[in-house]
Amino acid sequence: MKWDEFFVTGDPLIYGADVSILLTMVGILFYLTKYNKWKWLWDEWLTTVDHKKLGIMYIVSAVLMLFRGGVDALLMRTQLAVPDAKFLDSQHYNEIFTTHGTIMIIFMAMPFLIGLINVVVPLQIGARDVAYPYLNAVSFWTFFIGAMLFNISFVIGGSPAAGWTSYMPLASNELSPGPGQNYYLLGLQIAGIGTLLTGINFLVTILKMRAPGMTLFRMPMFTWSSLVTMVIIIFAFPILTVALALMTFDRLFGSHFFTLQGEGMDMLWANLFWLWGHPEVYIVILPAFGMFSEIISTFSRKTLFGYKAMIWSMLLIAGYSFLVWVHHFFTMGSGAAVNSVFSITTMAIGIPTGVKIFNWLFTMYRGKIQFTTPMLWSIGFIVNFVIGGVTGVMLAMAAADYQYHNTYFLVSHFHYVLIAGTVFACFAGLIYWYPKMFGYKLNERIGKWVFWIFTIGFNVCFMPQYFLGLDGMPRRVYTYSEESGWGPLNMVSTIGGFMMGIAFLVLVYNMYYSFRYAKRETTGDAWDGRTLEWSTPSAMPPFYNFAKIPEVTGLDHFWRQKQAGKVEKLTAKDIKPIHMPSNSGVPFIMASFFFVAGFGMVFDWMWMAIIGLIGVFGTLFYRSFEYDDGYYVSVEEVIETEKISK
Amino acid sequence: MAKTTAEHHGFPWKHLIGFVLSIVLTLFALWVALYTDLSVTWILIIIFGFAILQAALQLLMFMHVTENSTSSNLTSRVQIGNILFAAFVAIVIVIGSVWVLTAGHAKHDKHDEPKTENHGGSHDSEEHGSH
Ligand code: HEM
Ligand SMILES: [Cu+2]
Repeated sequence: MKWDEFFVTGDPLIYGADVSILLTMVGILFYLTKYNKWKWLWDEWLTTVDHKKLGIMYIVSAVLMLFRGGVDALLMRTQLAVPDAKFLDSQHYNEIFTTHGTIMIIFMAMPFLIGLINVVVPLQIGARDVAYPYLNAVSFWTFFIGAMLFNISFVIGGSPAAGWTSYMPLASNELSPGPGQNYYLLGLQIAGIGTLLTGINFLVTILKMRAPGMTLFRMPMFTWSSLVTMVIIIFAFPILTVALALMTFDRLFGSHFFTLQGEGMDMLWANLFWLWGHPEVYIVILPAFGMFSEIISTFSRKTLFGYKAMIWSMLLIAGYSFLVWVHHFFTMGSGAAVNSVFSITTMAIGIPTGVKIFNWLFTMYRGKIQFTTPMLWSIGFIVNFVIGGVTGVMLAMAAADYQYHNTYFLVSHFHYVLIAGTVFACFAGLIYWYPKMFGYKLNERIGKWVFWIFTIGFNVCFMPQYFLGLDGMPRRVYTYSEESGWGPLNMVSTIGGFMMGIAFLVLVYNMYYSFRYAKRETTGDAWDGRTLEWSTPSAMPPFYNFAKIPEVTGLDHFWRQKQAGKVEKLTAKDIKPIHMPSNSGVPFIMASFFFVAGFGMVFDWMWMAIIGLIGVFGTLFYRSFEYDDGYYVSVEEVIETEKISK
Repeated sequence: MAKTTAEHHGFPWKHLIGFVLSIVLTLFALWVALYTDLSVTWILIIIFGFAILQAALQLLMFMHVTENSTSSNLTSRVQIGNILFAAFVAIVIVIGSVWVLTAGHAKHDKHDEPKTENHGGSHDSEEHGSH
């Protein structure tokens, strides 16, 4: 392979990216060295097993990925703004919509939610960390390395271009030659390991690490939604793992699982992809539902309406989510029986979702509503998400779907559920729990500007796309003719897209502004909250979370304590030594070997893949013989941290 | 945490045996598929048998399927729920996929239906014969 094949060449946009990547890297290295931060970086972040720090790293990575995916989106919108535009050629456009979709779902939505789950869930259940803190670090680093591997594709070797769904035979060696598609396979495979481990880790954490007295039906709704999400992850992700491995075999080792030759079955890929893919959309929406439940309850000053109905509808959704996958390829033509069955299951899954909408409305009904920014996002969610849900049910009618399928109508549907659902929740949750993570709130006035610019931009961008779809504009086309008449609505849509981009920049500015000027919180209870995460004395909980594990007596325990005026005050004699897990650099090193292995496989350099895999096994082996039972935090240190007077 | 590490002392023979047997079964399946002259049907039956055997082996050797928690009622309920849901998902995946990919028009995608009425069946059967 020659150098000009290794690096992507010939496009000024890419050269610009090359230069900015190089400058950023030099800048970071310079900063770390100049201010002597290397040791700090290693001790505090790269080797940490603290769920709060891992959570923050997840969220930072997710925001960076939102930026990357957002730039992709705006490039596409620019190309589509007017008919016959020459801004991007078709290959480049294909690459961009592929990386946009993959990054937004796998490397933005999931890590954002998993990051918030990491920060919040152990605190909500009154635990000092997750069940397997070391494994948690492995999860983060494999996700991060998978994301990095996927992201370098656009400057080294070329990006995948077969869509985030990577249908065969389009994704085969014949039609997608070169390393691009391999980046997709290996990047997702490595990140998928992290996701599966997170699923196991949090399932065990929630089942086993709850504070005394917190029965299952006293858990906060966000914890419940996380539990159900973890179950779906554990059962759905292995399907993706296997499907990706089979396609990797097809591309690298000449097998014929999904190829047209050798009696392969191309539609088997689509089938397996959606067997994972539909549960995946519930993986990214259920934690969002959980967050909105917390926020709506907090700012309506009321217990959540229909707590048990919420839980049962989530459990129902978890089961149902494995029964609808064929609605993504009705047009394959499996015949009337298959399409009818999956049409009905798909419509049925709308019912538990509808139940939840009513529960939120009834929670707000007669509540003393406070219109804080997290609450604004939640109300915005209800309104816009319903539009997405209703169009989902329209798509669920198999006969009608022959018309809607692969048009902009579909594109608009899934953006209405994913943005108004998942992304709104990520923003709402980030703002809501920001004081828990950083000790101060984001500025509310700027925050409201972000909300309005984003929500209006969102509707301006995607509402026209429903009508473009009904007018026959197909998805994944890089341009269209003047005569099609799609020009004006596309221009409107592009304007909306840029409004969302502006809102994102204002959000980032708000982070900077609040870092500089926001009033620092003096208590742990920034919003007059209801659940245990707000009960820590300091704004940001210490690394061991709770000096004394709380005893829970009911739902919304902390709120009821406050109402009864019975919030416990710690005294020195409550304190016992606290057992905590030790930091470890092994997860980071293991993930780095995964990178080497993945990179080798992407370029079909087997020697490199083997070296990487030997490294991975080496770290696993090392870990097996490492006898580290953690350490104890002394009573004196806890008393000092908690500022208890003796 | 300290307690759990103390509970598992001694060499993990069970895991080692399970691991070796899994590898042996996999290699054996590979050998049957690549190096024997059995008919496709028989190869399929045999490797399916191996797959089920291996699944059972892993459940027994690694996945604590027989472990019954006396300490808490919740644990055993979770255990049973888990097994039932796993069975449900496995059945949906296998039977669902077969149904979806062989019913109706979808079957014309495959080359293994030589006698279709009006979709160029003879061409299909020719191709099939050449494999
Ligand atoms: C009321 C519930 C919902 C129903 C009835 C529904 C129905 C559907 C149907 C039938 C399709 C396939 C349409 C086609 O390809 O022609 C689809 C696509 C999609 N839906 Fe939904 N949906 C619902 C909720 C959601 C939620 C909550 C999410 C995610 C948060 C979601 C994300 C997606 C995505 C990403 C796609 C398209 C993926 C692609 O082809 O690239 N949907 N939906
Ligand atoms: Cu779906």
